[in-house]
Amino acid sequence: MAKETQQLDRVVIRFAGDSGDGMQLTGDRFTSETAQLGNDISTLPNFPAEIRAPAGTLPGVSSFQVHFADFDILTPGDAPNVLVAMNPAALKANLTDLPRGATIIVNTDEFTKRNLVKVGYEKSPLDDGSLASYHVHPVALTSMTVGALADHPISKKDAERAKNMFALGMLSWLYSRPHASTLEFLRKKFAARPELVAANIAAFEAGWSFGETTEAFAVRYEVKPARMHTGRYRNITGNTGLALGLVAAGVRAKLPVVLGAYPITPASDILHELSKHKKFGVTTVQAEDEIAAAGIALGASYGGSLGITTTSGPGVALKSETISLALMLELPLVVIDVQRAGPSTGMPTKTEQADLNMALYGRHGEAPVAVIAPRSPADCFDAAIEACRIALTYRTPVLLLSDGYIANGSEPWLLPVVEDLPDLRVEFASEPNGEDGKFLPYLRDPETLARPWAVPGTPGLEHRIGGLEKKDITGDISYDPANHDFMVRTRAARIERIRVEDVAVEDPSGQAKVLVLGWGSTFGPIGAACRDLRQRGLNIAQAHLRHLNPLPANLSQVLGAYDKVVIPEMNLGQLAQLIRGRFGTDVIAYNQVRGLPFTSSELAAMLEEVVKNV
Amino acid sequence: MSSVPVQLSAKDFKSDQEVRWCPGCGDYAILAAMQGFLPELGINREKIVFVSGIGCSSRFPYYLNTYGMHSIHGRAPAIATGLSVSRPDLSVWVVTGDGDALSIGGNHLIHALRRNVNLKILLFNNKIYGLTKGQYSPTSELGKITKSTPYGSADSPFNPISLALGAEASFVARTIDSDRKHLQSVLRAAAEHEGSAFVEIYQNCNIFNDGAFDVLKDPETRDAYLIGLQHGEPITFGKDREWCVVHPPGAFGLEVRRTSEVDEREIVVHDATVAEPAYAFALSRLPGGDLRHTPIGVFRSVGRPTYDAIVQEQVATAQAKLGGTAEEELANLLNAGDTWSID
Repeated sequence: MAKETQQLDRVVIRFAGDSGDGMQLTGDRFTSETAQLGNDISTLPNFPAEIRAPAGTLPGVSSFQVHFADFDILTPGDAPNVLVAMNPAALKANLTDLPRGATIIVNTDEFTKRNLVKVGYEKSPLDDGSLASYHVHPVALTSMTVGALADHPISKKDAERAKNMFALGMLSWLYSRPHASTLEFLRKKFAARPELVAANIAAFEAGWSFGETTEAFAVRYEVKPARMHTGRYRNITGNTGLALGLVAAGVRAKLPVVLGAYPITPASDILHELSKHKKFGVTTVQAEDEIAAAGIALGASYGGSLGITTTSGPGVALKSETISLALMLELPLVVIDVQRAGPSTGMPTKTEQADLNMALYGRHGEAPVAVIAPRSPADCFDAAIEACRIALTYRTPVLLLSDGYIANGSEPWLLPVVEDLPDLRVEFASEPNGEDGKFLPYLRDPETLARPWAVPGTPGLEHRIGGLEKKDITGDISYDPANHDFMVRTRAARIERIRVEDVAVEDPSGQAKVLVLGWGSTFGPIGAACRDLRQRGLNIAQAHLRHLNPLPANLSQVLGAYDKVVIPEMNLGQLAQLIRGRFGTDVIAYNQVRGLPFTSSELAAMLEEVVKNV
Repeated sequence: MSSVPVQLSAKDFKSDQEVRWCPGCGDYAILAAMQGFLPELGINREKIVFVSGIGCSSRFPYYLNTYGMHSIHGRAPAIATGLSVSRPDLSVWVVTGDGDALSIGGNHLIHALRRNVNLKILLFNNKIYGLTKGQYSPTSELGKITKSTPYGSADSPFNPISLALGAEASFVARTIDSDRKHLQSVLRAAAEHEGSAFVEIYQNCNIFNDGAFDVLKDPETRDAYLIGLQHGEPITFGKDREWCVVHPPGAFGLEVRRTSEVDEREIVVHDATVAEPAYAFALSRLPGGDLRHTPIGVFRSVGRPTYDAIVQEQVATAQAKLGGTAEEELANLLNAGDTWSID
């Protein structure tokens, strides 16, 4: 029975279920199939901090949203067109995000009285008419999966657990996804248990056949490949992008990489990924605490390695004293802060960009460091390399501000050519640089103001460094007032002199009077909102900062070219405050701190108001 | 060491910096003993690194003509771990004090010892905060009257040797600032040990806690108070060896007896290589609050794989599997997983 195929330009699907239902895996596989097809994609997982909250409860709901399209997209989508709800909790937790007319596929087997009561449904929403404005497809996912696997030599529990593959098979049929890679994935994942390979593949195929034969789905859909830059792609999350960027930086610097890290959400995946890559000379030390993690990285840098520490906001607070020491010692140190909603423990699995002030100012004394931020998951690779470039060239701590949205979200990444990556090689000091064979550890490079990196083991350069103020050039301990004033200014000048690329402005009309300025993970929603305005004939310019310290040299000029500057941030206006203070620009700060990324539609509505009233 | 070490003398290890401890400080004696000992190591100056924290003792690296880092309060073991694990060719020493190692840096100390990082950790114990001008420290005795405890300290002290043993240290020793020969013998044993070597050095602060260890130094008392540990020798002490250490049947620990009152076979023969840390721990519990029966020397010295060696071996094993150049392997890594092409 051939069914009608309908063309769509974009779809947003959200898979939602219990933490143990395998929704992240299902979403990952669907994403991978979609990437194979050549659609542009953007994903957003959303999961509770609790590893296994009580089954069937609202706090236990885990979801994975994937947006795919036949054009280039910038966000995981504001609202899903399709919700796959594996139980009543998943339906209830996600229903408010669904626009009218959206499609809901529910697993009716889980809509038992007990499960309904657990989440406060008095009557089943499938029967009481409350879902009338949606297209609801009730599917007995669990029982059909168990039925399809009746002949398989596996337990009932294992059979039930394969229901996510049934759902994946059904959705893969519905959206005409290629599925060879999923079957291959299952073969690998369960290689040790062939009976589970067979069962999961059977469940997937049963779901596919169900889609094909059921009358519930009258049409299937297609989303054509997107027109993207030619080249080879893979789908990548921000955390993986950062980890690969750090490995690449080590290779391009020809230096061993030493990561000191303490497990913390949402940064731990960088530690996990880097710990796999020892063959590139990467050493990972899971430290006893955040302070030690930074100390280990700094000790390694002192010894001539590329020292890195990865964490989230609370960890940066603990590392602050070590970052100050690195700044005094003038040694490279890369600190990655995958920001999460704070303060204190806050909402560890939710996103925020409220650590900018801490990155810029969160140390005692006059303690400037370089600060940069990636804008999207695929941008993380380049941002990591840039952080390492600055740290190595200028012998300074660099803070890289990612966030939970970028860290766990994914998008296609155009694979770079290794030979085209920046050459990060540095020279260690090998000879005394003073008279009479004396080594002067604080005699600086006149251009970069970097001091020599003289690593232990180098004969003739034995010297002592420390956190005490030191005399210019010799590095001897000094309490001289004029020297301290000079050294404080020199350390600030060293950061100000870092060469960073100009900020680019996107203003297709060249007529815009309003500039929207952002940094970090707001790039996608801001870009999508600007696109929306332009499609409706409104002019708006967008600029996005990679470098937060130092700021790009052309920023003042860019800001001056517009009547109004709008700065949306997932904080209470930290960049806005910086821009006002530095340039005297009267900016409009648009702020939300909900633990969630902006939706492009809310930004578009806000920007439209500004543009129309300028 | 691949290069042939140059013959060096104590003078070669003196830096050009003026030493600025208080006149009469025990740190001078330790520094002189160290400068006198370092040539014996047979390691060139550039391969030696001293890392310290904050406190009077932590000025130590400035006065040695080796590589050195005066870091932050309590963090020296962590920083030295990063250095040692990435540079196994270096001889890395940590210089710390009772406040630095046992209070603000307690966590790093125990974890360095547990991991058995190849560090030589010298804890100068003067039982007082000197640099901040006289507050009680985590090794000060209960009831200690100081600037911050005018009514007497309510804190019970750490026994640093017991603590190190509890933290799985593979080498634990104690010595005294004023006994140069003994101090150097302990430094020698620590330097020869593969892995973390923890050395507590009793050090006199003549300004804020003067005379804290006098009973161990005074010719009138020291023989009856000090127990010199010699590997393989029965533990006897006193002017005429009139005291000894025994392990009474049924007792949990060790006890001191008159040598004349016990059978010679009952006297404990010191063995620093006993795998079970309970023995060294029992030794560490011998002294009372008045320092009577203080053992000095090497309590424990056992072989255990070092953290550095395990980590380096993992990296070396992985690197041996490199199929191509690092750049080629990197290209493979970046292209791994599900990829697709857009033409």
